[in-house]
Amino acid sequence: MVTLAITEGYSRMLPQGADYVRILPEIILSIFGMIVMVLEPLVDEEKNQKVIGIVALFGALAGLGATWFMAQSPGLAFWNMVQVDGFSVFFHVLVIAIAAIVILSSYEYMTVQRIRAGEYYALILFGTVGMALMSSAVELVLIFIALEISSISSYVLAGFRKHYAASAESSLKYFLLGSFATAFFLYGVALMFGATGSTNIDQISRALRAGPIPLLAFVAVAFMFVGLGFKVAAAPFHIWTPDVYEGAPGPVVGFMSTAPKAAAFAVLLRIVFVIDVHAMLWVIWIAAAFSMTLGNVGALVQNNVKRLLAYSSIAHAGYLLIAFAAEPSLGASAAMFYTASYAAMNLGAFAVVSHFANVGERYVTLEDYEGLGRSSPMLAAMLTVFLLSLIGIPMTGGFFAKFYVFSAAVKANLIWLTVIGVLNSGIGAYYYLRILVMMYMRESRKEVPVDQPTLALRIAIAVCLLATIYLGIFPNWTLRYTQDSAHELIPQAQQAPASPNLASPAKL
Amino acid sequence: MSIETLSSMILTLVTFTPLAGGLLLIMIPRRDRDIRVFALFISLITFVFSLHLPLHFQRAQVDFQFQVDRQWVTTPNIHYHMGIDGISLWLVVLTTFLTPLCILISWKSIHERVKEFFILLLILETALIGVFTSLDLFLFYFFWEATLIPMALLIGIFGHERKVYAAVKFFMYTMIASVFMLAAILWLYAHTGSFDFVTIRDQIASGAVPAFPAAAQWLFLGFFLAFAVKVPLFPFHTWLPDAHVEAPTAGSVLLAGVLLKMGTYGLLRLNLGLFPEQARHNAPWIMVLALIGIIYGALVAMVQPNMKKLIAYSSVSHLGFVVLGIFSFTQAGLNGAMFVMLAHGISTGGLFMLAGILHERRHTYEITEFGGLAAPMPMYAMSYLVIVLASAGLPLLNGFIGEFLVLSGAFQDRAVYGILGATGIIWSSIYLLWMYQRVFYGKVTHPVNNSLGDLSGFEKMAVWPCAAAALVMGVAPIVWLGAIDPAVQSALTPFVRVASRMVGQQW
Repeated sequence: MVTLAITEGYSRMLPQGADYVRILPEIILSIFGMIVMVLEPLVDEEKNQKVIGIVALFGALAGLGATWFMAQSPGLAFWNMVQVDGFSVFFHVLVIAIAAIVILSSYEYMTVQRIRAGEYYALILFGTVGMALMSSAVELVLIFIALEISSISSYVLAGFRKHYAASAESSLKYFLLGSFATAFFLYGVALMFGATGSTNIDQISRALRAGPIPLLAFVAVAFMFVGLGFKVAAAPFHIWTPDVYEGAPGPVVGFMSTAPKAAAFAVLLRIVFVIDVHAMLWVIWIAAAFSMTLGNVGALVQNNVKRLLAYSSIAHAGYLLIAFAAEPSLGASAAMFYTASYAAMNLGAFAVVSHFANVGERYVTLEDYEGLGRSSPMLAAMLTVFLLSLIGIPMTGGFFAKFYVFSAAVKANLIWLTVIGVLNSGIGAYYYLRILVMMYMRESRKEVPVDQPTLALRIAIAVCLLATIYLGIFPNWTLRYTQDSAHELIPQAQQAPASPNLASPAKL
Repeated sequence: MSIETLSSMILTLVTFTPLAGGLLLIMIPRRDRDIRVFALFISLITFVFSLHLPLHFQRAQVDFQFQVDRQWVTTPNIHYHMGIDGISLWLVVLTTFLTPLCILISWKSIHERVKEFFILLLILETALIGVFTSLDLFLFYFFWEATLIPMALLIGIFGHERKVYAAVKFFMYTMIASVFMLAAILWLYAHTGSFDFVTIRDQIASGAVPAFPAAAQWLFLGFFLAFAVKVPLFPFHTWLPDAHVEAPTAGSVLLAGVLLKMGTYGLLRLNLGLFPEQARHNAPWIMVLALIGIIYGALVAMVQPNMKKLIAYSSVSHLGFVVLGIFSFTQAGLNGAMFVMLAHGISTGGLFMLAGILHERRHTYEITEFGGLAAPMPMYAMSYLVIVLASAGLPLLNGFIGEFLVLSGAFQDRAVYGILGATGIIWSSIYLLWMYQRVFYGKVTHPVNNSLGDLSGFEKMAVWPCAAAALVMGVAPIVWLGAIDPAVQSALTPFVRVASRMVGQQW
């Protein structure tokens, strides 16, 4: 880096104004995170929740606005460590929007559960900083730091139901296994440095393309895959998911299952597609097949809705991984679309589930959902839409998401993986259907109180609902965007010929 | 509005009017009567719109008509492409004809969650029409899957004792089978760059699709499985009796009347249309399955103590005729198959309505619970007789024409198919007339049946159109066949080629 700076003159030693614009969302989110922490002891305890929540929400929205400025100045920043392109803007918007929705849906939850917490909102904002940075970092060490920022916030957030052992267990489990996984990632980074002499993704890519790929590079990518595979809950690194999701607070689970996952997938996209280690295909193939199958089969027998959705998130990670095995530009755009629509539907589902859960998260088993279609028809209808989207029924985002992923896989001649995928989505329909059956086709046997949702929660659910349906009926705009940015992301040499009749040799 | 713009919009209008009505219904306050009237109004409007189709249909023209083709999603290349030919024309009209009757028959029998019921019914109607009108494979799959949810909910919420089991079974069977169709559609897209039915068909026919010969058999099976479960063809039929017995009357009517036809329509349109050679090669075992369906369905129907189950198994038998006709690859066979589809929709729809009327009065479908009903319910018995005879295939009623044509087609293909198929007609008169005798003739065996009321006004309005349609279709089948025949002939042209090639190989 020093040599680079010398050749470009002394002025490059210091960051330029444009450099700051390129991480403006991160800066703003951090500032608001700090404001929230300072504010917490200052404001009155009664009003505390509301004020802090509003400040945090405002921070997230400001961060969202800042991405617009960021998008206006694409390019590299901070000595080639951060790259602003369509890809990173997409994930910035996604992650920060998720944070905003989670903040909205947390407000009621925190009140109902009587959790006093300024630092809760601050942690969400800080975690979002890490996740946003993950998507724009092109330097493995910076990616690692960003990953740690996001992970540490998630560990703490998972333990926020302080009075429940399950929550503490969840937090501790997540922390222990998570740090283990990030260590793997770091180890992979070190090995990659050993193999190519660089930690910059672009330079690594060039070094690997120049000659025969050293074995060490494969090992390095495999180690990084372990670390990221843990974050996205892909099999065989998925064991932690059900326990952690069961114990953690509802809105936090919504957050954990979407934002860090999206960010980890962003990193994975950069590593897999930009570094382009094609021999890794079988690893991804197996991880995808196992995640889908284990996730869906595991979910079939769950009785706790949060656990059920945890297994479902494993399965969805599997569907998403299919895209990674497909040809680069199609696969990347399919994966991006998938993360977005998965975020919308899963956040919505968790928002409704944590509202139903009530004080102490008492009502989270399937039996508690009996007859909800009658007692609170609106919320049940919303949950229905989200579940249908998770199944992949037409007119919802989940349908197009699955469709693009499978379509990309078929185009890459991954017929068997596609067949496993479509079969899994058939099986998967069963357990989502069980929730619907409980809500609509059974009469309630016990009293499950459902309060009126607050305005904030209503807005959060409505936003998720609109996004789910929008992506399901008018996917064109989003898909265009993901395709363009995927095109930008993948080095030209790797892009497939534009002809639709590519008769590529059969892979697996 | 000029007739040209109307003709490009009419399919959109027919397809989405029920959905729009359903969405409006969400906003209407929960006053049951208003909701019923509004739903009926919407379904009648849709029916009136759909009458535009046969009235302005150019019978001589074999191409798709009333086409509309707009880009929906740019990449992947998905079009909003709709259009109908003689095959889909009548299925659309059948759907719009049966839906108002379903609403009428549910007028009194649904009194809880009325709003949800009619919303689901209207959404279902849109999805059903969409399946028949879409010419883009993606759009087709979209509507295909969209029929699942409202139907499963109708069964699961408004059904009888084992409704949840039946709903889940119905959903899972269809869902798992249809994902194979999705895989096949995706393969076709990957290798042709299009979802458009016409484009894909032409590309396959001209041999322009790479790697097609190796994959064709699997693609054929992918589509076939999805459709065979829906039809349902013999080993995949087990969901049907459960679904029918548990479904509310309107659900059964649409299930038997239209949903099953989605399967046979798919076989005709996609399996025959896209893969003529594979269809030819696979025809023998498919014909055998169809014959097993005809005979097995009839025999099982004969011993059913439950009236609704009996009708359900009779559907298995009748749909066997349709598949037999389709895979005979003869003009008579295909015409007959189409006609049986329509006739079965009318007569079995009617039978389910009549069974529902009894259930509403006695809350049972057991045949032994009845007997001698002709005395207390003369009007009901009369209507029942017309529909039963139509279903059994009495000349001058609609069942006869179709079955006759199918059998003559099957004979042309191979005599033994025709002979075995013809026994199905005998079986069907046995089980239907025997059931009729046990329910209506003799003395009233259970005193409670003496006080049963005859058909009410709404019930008459629902049942009589079916009986009238059965009669008209039987007397003047040419009205229907005139539009069906050109489409069938054009569907058969690739087979003439395939057949001549096969004959050439033999000699």
